[in-house]
Amino acid sequence: MTDFPWLTTLALLPLVGALVVMAVPAGDRAADEAGALRRELLAKQVALGFSLVTLALTIALALRFDANSSAMFQFAETYEWIPQFGVSYALGVDGIALVLIALAAVLTPVCILASWHDVDVLPERRRSVKGYFALLLLLETFMIGVFAATDVFLFYVLFEAMLVPMYFIIGSYGGAQRSYAAVKFLLYSLAGGLLMLAAVIGLYVVSDGGPQAFLFENMLGTEMSTGTERLLFMGFFIAFAIKAPLWPVHTWLPDAAAEAPPGGAVLLVGVLDKVGTFGMIRLCLPLFPDASKWATPVVITLAVVGILYGALLAIGQTDMKRLIAYTSISHFGFIVMGIFAMTTYGQAGSTLYMVNHGFSTAALFLIAGFLISRRGSRLIADYGGVQKVAPILAGTFLVAGLSSLALPGLSTFVSEFLVLVGTFSRYEVAAVVATGGIILASLYILLMYQRTMTGEPNEHTSKLADLTMREAWVVAPLVAVMIALGFYPKPLLDVINPAVGRTMEQVGVQDPEPGVPAAEGVSR
Amino acid sequence: MSFETPQLEYSQLMPMLIVFGAAIVGVLVEAFMGRRYRFEVQLGIALSALVLAFASVVVVAGDLGVTAMGAIAIDGPTLFLQGTILLLAVPGVLATAERRVEEGGVFAPAGSSIPGSQHERLLTAQRVTQTEVFPLLMFAVGGMLMFPASNDLLTMFVALEVLSLPLYLLCGLARRRRLLSQEASMKYFLLGAFSSAFFLYGVALLYGYAGTVSLSGIAEAVSTEAGNETLLLAGTGLLAVGLLFKVGAAPFHSWTPDVYQGAPTPITGFMAACTKVAAFGALLRVFYVALGGLAWDWRPVMWGVAILTMVVGSVVAITQTDVKRMLAYSSVAHAGFILAGLVATDAVGASGEPAGISSVLVYLLAYGFSTIAAFAVVTLVRDSAGEATHLSQWAGLARRSPVTAVVFTFLLAAFAGIPLTSGFTAKFAVFSAAWDGGAEALVIVGVVMSAVAAFFYFRVVVLMFFSAPAPEGPSVVVPSPLTTVAIAIGAGVTLLLGVYPSEVLELAARSTQLVR
Repeated sequence: MTDFPWLTTLALLPLVGALVVMAVPAGDRAADEAGALRRELLAKQVALGFSLVTLALTIALALRFDANSSAMFQFAETYEWIPQFGVSYALGVDGIALVLIALAAVLTPVCILASWHDVDVLPERRRSVKGYFALLLLLETFMIGVFAATDVFLFYVLFEAMLVPMYFIIGSYGGAQRSYAAVKFLLYSLAGGLLMLAAVIGLYVVSDGGPQAFLFENMLGTEMSTGTERLLFMGFFIAFAIKAPLWPVHTWLPDAAAEAPPGGAVLLVGVLDKVGTFGMIRLCLPLFPDASKWATPVVITLAVVGILYGALLAIGQTDMKRLIAYTSISHFGFIVMGIFAMTTYGQAGSTLYMVNHGFSTAALFLIAGFLISRRGSRLIADYGGVQKVAPILAGTFLVAGLSSLALPGLSTFVSEFLVLVGTFSRYEVAAVVATGGIILASLYILLMYQRTMTGEPNEHTSKLADLTMREAWVVAPLVAVMIALGFYPKPLLDVINPAVGRTMEQVGVQDPEPGVPAAEGVSR
Repeated sequence: MSFETPQLEYSQLMPMLIVFGAAIVGVLVEAFMGRRYRFEVQLGIALSALVLAFASVVVVAGDLGVTAMGAIAIDGPTLFLQGTILLLAVPGVLATAERRVEEGGVFAPAGSSIPGSQHERLLTAQRVTQTEVFPLLMFAVGGMLMFPASNDLLTMFVALEVLSLPLYLLCGLARRRRLLSQEASMKYFLLGAFSSAFFLYGVALLYGYAGTVSLSGIAEAVSTEAGNETLLLAGTGLLAVGLLFKVGAAPFHSWTPDVYQGAPTPITGFMAACTKVAAFGALLRVFYVALGGLAWDWRPVMWGVAILTMVVGSVVAITQTDVKRMLAYSSVAHAGFILAGLVATDAVGASGEPAGISSVLVYLLAYGFSTIAAFAVVTLVRDSAGEATHLSQWAGLARRSPVTAVVFTFLLAAFAGIPLTSGFTAKFAVFSAAWDGGAEALVIVGVVMSAVAAFFYFRVVVLMFFSAPAPEGPSVVVPSPLTTVAIAIGAGVTLLLGVYPSEVLELAARSTQLVR
């Protein structure tokens, strides 16, 4: 493998794009309306171009990735950064990180294209158009960086830095309650982040020290007392649980996702929140294996509660975006449950789930966004009969919804199945109860579909236009991916499985024998 | 009784001599030079003295030791802090010299004219510019250089007065809202005089205990348990009150909001940054050199003070509606964070240095630059009545001046300790030292209070970016290059220390040896 810093290039590319977008002159709108519009278009095209180049580079990287390599991280780069604190600038990917980077790289251009006119039409307040697209690209830089970071400190820094562009996306470009939602999002995240900071400091103090103390490899197997380990685990876990979000620290998500512009909501729920679950599997389990096992019963319980709670509240929502946000809380319950089931199936399923959930939720949010932009209302009650006037819009919405409720043949089914199988082999009751979430899922998705799309069009919906060419280009790749991964998830699983196997090794757990009840004394 | 000729090592004292010399030359310029040229000459003298003094600090770095008959200690922390104060004084002087945002500068034409009097109107009509501030600033800087270098308690007291008296005056010289400014000055002076008295009383008791005022002499007496312990403990307590007053730690912080609000804003920035550096330097020296053997006794008290300071500063700041008062309470909270590093007497850093000292040094540097820049930004937001410091007036500022809003947001992020700013580096240094020194509880409180503090910092960000601007709201004045440079220096250091701090951390780690 060459020494070319692939990951740094990949991460910096969107940042350069953001700077170029900001460098497009704004001009005087009052004096030259047409010129200003032309320049805004140029800024959008530049943003889209950079995100597409990033995607191409990601694909190139994925093709060079060797799934059977024995190295823990590939494309690894390590440089000294702050040796006094044991901090390095270290990037590298394993299978789990790679698929999540790919998720971010796919969703960013999709969101940019989907948000093409979102800022232009914001009512009564002109916001900088290029600023929005620059923020999306900046966010992509941080997302790629945080998934690729193999230094605990660098991970923390990017984890926090990620908040800033999202905060401005919600606060500057969001709906009526945007300021409230942005502050709530920031305070929750900062509280979690600061707990994590305390844990990072604690980890540094108990570690072996040295100029590379924070490298993930060097942190593995750090000796610490049981009490310390549990304390540090909780610091990290609570931060990730807030980010994920796990019940009961989820309340910021519906507000943030509902008030964010559709593109921002997709990146928030589709990718940003995955950093929480990614952190659990990358940091919490391997660094604190004993504490993780100690906490498992509580975590699994919270996850199951989240699955049912999110689904039940989703059914009761009257606002489309809030409904989708609550379904995500339910789905995140599944992901967390799969991770903490500590089985290969469970963790591989969870990782796959992170990707699939990203795509299906993105499709739901974006199509809902298209619908809302046509009618100007987020309320489900304001719609009806859309499938008569806009069949493509309604059809793709149905596909995305069905994927979300895990219909066999669509991508989420595979991952949900794996998670449930993986959980059942260790925690039968939890798996059985969680299955109830699937039934509720069909309720919330189909009820929403029925209320908005079927029936006779009302006076407002009868004039709704179907998807435009641009919007169809946004939705098409998402639908294609959902169907492709539903039928043939093998390439992804091949990449994920070795990484999951390594994580299981680091935690020191093995899969229970199939068919044998997990009882004391049974040899494993 | 014989009288020794004092031995002075001039090279080691050079930074202080240069600054005091410049101050005296400044006084002479005030007395003998025509009014027309004073401003440029004073500014030139002040800036060149600061640069020269900094150069001589760098030169002295190879020649450490106790000098001036044991009155002055030139060692790692002294030089680091002297360098910090001199570097901070440069943007401080630049912001003070700003003459464009307000016709004739932010200072009253003459401190002696009664507010609202005929005399004042006359001076304003004649466009008299205040230039006495420069020598006053130089005296204050000189005192600040001496304060952390003092190796006996009497020298320390003299330095304390030399740095404080010019500041009392400077606080009362605002051109607008003069009564508020004079009230601030009066408050600062009275409370400062009280604290000086406490300090002096403490010195007297410690002298009674050890028979000497030299720090090393007291340290020796402590280690041999020679004297009356009541005197020692009472003296330590009184001394601590005097010093904690100067750093603005709770419960001796009550002067900060009023004084910070009333003082001319460039002076507030200078005072908030430099006084804190100097006072923490002195605190460090007293508690590590003289009372190091007593750490078991004073550490629990300092724990309490640190926690109280963090909590009071962060919580009370939430209720503030004035930018300057909010920054004042934030400075109280930061004093608490620094104290958390100070109590980590047992912490050992990456290369074996005492991490408590090095983290305090780094924090002071980081905080100082962000603070000076933040107050300099505050001077730019103005309406017809002068500076618009009420928070509601800052609504929608990003719409009027995106650059100003972004810079201020960046500085607030540094105060909040967001990664990639100097504030984060500094907080990490202080908290890891505190944790290593066995003060986990302090770290937890510190982290929680950082979250509370983040709330009020980001409330300002919300106001600036997400709120609609008020119709009659203030505008952002385009300043002369002086203030622009001051802000650029402050924000630049804030960014540099956040992104690439390792050189400065290294320097701080090497500057931790206190001579005894």
